[in-house]
Formats: sequence, structure tokens, C-alpha cells
Amino acid sequence: MTDFTPVASLVGGALIGLSAVLMMLAEGRIAGISGIASRLFPPYADKAFAGRLAFVAGLVAAPLLYAAVTGAAVVQTVSTNLALMVAAGLLVGFGSVWGSGCTSGHGVCGLSRLSRRSFVATGVFMAVGFATVFVVRHVIGG
Amino acid sequence: MSILVNLGLGLLFGFGLIVSGMSNPAKVLNFLDLFGTFDPSLAFVMGGAVVVAFIGFRLVLTREKPLMAPRFQLPTRSDIDARLIVGPALFGIGWGLGGFCPGPAFAALGLAAPGTLAFIPAMLAGMWAARALAERRA
Repeated sequence: MTDFTPVASLVGGALIGLSAVLMMLAEGRIAGISGIASRLFPPYADKAFAGRLAFVAGLVAAPLLYAAVTGAAVVQTVSTNLALMVAAGLLVGFGSVWGSGCTSGHGVCGLSRLSRRSFVATGVFMAVGFATVFVVRHVIGG
Repeated sequence: MSILVNLGLGLLFGFGLIVSGMSNPAKVLNFLDLFGTFDPSLAFVMGGAVVVAFIGFRLVLTREKPLMAPRFQLPTRSDIDARLIVGPALFGIGWGLGGFCPGPAFAALGLAAPGTLAFIPAMLAGMWAARALAERRA
């Protein structure tokens, strides 16, 4: 069980949206994490490598800075099944780039821009995500 | 300058993931578990983010150009091809198995849970493979 946190989740979501808006204002680009991370690999089509690396560094530093400033521990419960996590990582990495976006690029930015492609992509990964957890927890695990 | 701005935006995005609970895979998996220990919180994350971005993008895009780049670079495609189905389907399986999508995984790296340390290199390898395969087919 995890607690239902509507207010914290709404506020946190708004911060994510704000970051995406400021990215558009400053750089004129979509704040899509899979796009930013995958373009850390060559070939490089533009000169934005340092900016992308800095954005990812900010993401990585966030829980450490958050814990240091607030004094609150960041709670994360990650599976200890390492083979499962490697398989999950490969699927998430390949699938997000193959489909031109993930939860941020398609889910947040794309839906906000009313992109037809993002509505399709978000619908597919949500539906498949629900189905996967159902199979893992209630068919195999049940 | 661009480096500092991007670092700040990454931090802000990461704080959002942490405050919202989205960087916790247990919360993501419970959101996806409609018929079990369902936790609807992530619908509020999505709602908060989309409302702010929906309004914010409209305000920002009234400008002629962004502050630090010569022009806005927005996706222009509207076709639905096989990759747009296959990619998100594979992504959805991985998301449902591990509870991580790319942003939260990076925002979990610093806490160095073994599962995260296994997930991140695999995710980067998958991203690299998808780009390499796309280049070869192009």
C-alpha cells in the first residue's frame, strides 16, 4: 500500500509542468526526458549536449538536494529483482525512444499541446502499463 | 548560461517528481494496479502538470522566439505509424514491470538502490539501441 496524496501530487505535478514551460521559454524545446537522455549519445545533430547533460545532472541531484534542504528522507521502494529491473530498463529505454517519447514528452508536453500522436502514445503506454501490472500481480502473482 | 539554466530546470523537474511521489516506483505500480492496491495519486501528478503546461505553453508560444535559442523547435508530425504503437507498448511493459519511466529513474539514481543501479544502464543501452536501429533504417 502507498498513501493517497492528492495535494502533494498536484503540487509536484505543477512543478513538473512549470519546468516544461520554462524549458520552452528558455530553449524553445520540449522537456522530454527520453529525448534529452537519448541525445547524450552520438550522432549529435545540434550543439545542445552540455545543456542536456546539465538537465540530467539536475534530475540526478534533485533527491540529494531535496533531502539536504528539507531534512526529509526521500522514500523510494525499488524492486530488488535485478534481472527484472534490467529487463524493465531495456524495454523503457528502447520503447520510449522508438515511440519518440515517454511520460514527460508525450504524457505531459504532448497532451498539453493537444498532439494527436501523443494522445495515441499515452493511451498505449497507459493501457499496456495497466495490463502488465494486472498480469504480474493478479495472473502470475495471484 | 544555458548550462546553469538547464541544471536548474532539471532540479525543478526532479523536485516535482519527488514531491509528487512519482519518483517512487511503489507508488507508480500501485497507480497501475487498478484491481489491487490502487493509488490514484499519479492522476493528480498528470493533471497538475498538464494544466500548468497547457496554459504556460500558450503564453510562451505567443512570443516570437525563446529567450536563449533562435527559434521554437516543436514536433510537427501528426501521422500515426507502427513505431508510435510498438514503442509505447514496449515502454508500457517495462514501466509496469519496474515502476520507473526515464525521469523518475534519473531522480532515483542518487539514492543508489540496487534495482535503480540495474535499471539505469539497461535503460541507456535500450535508448542507444533504438537510436542506432532508427539511424540504420533511415
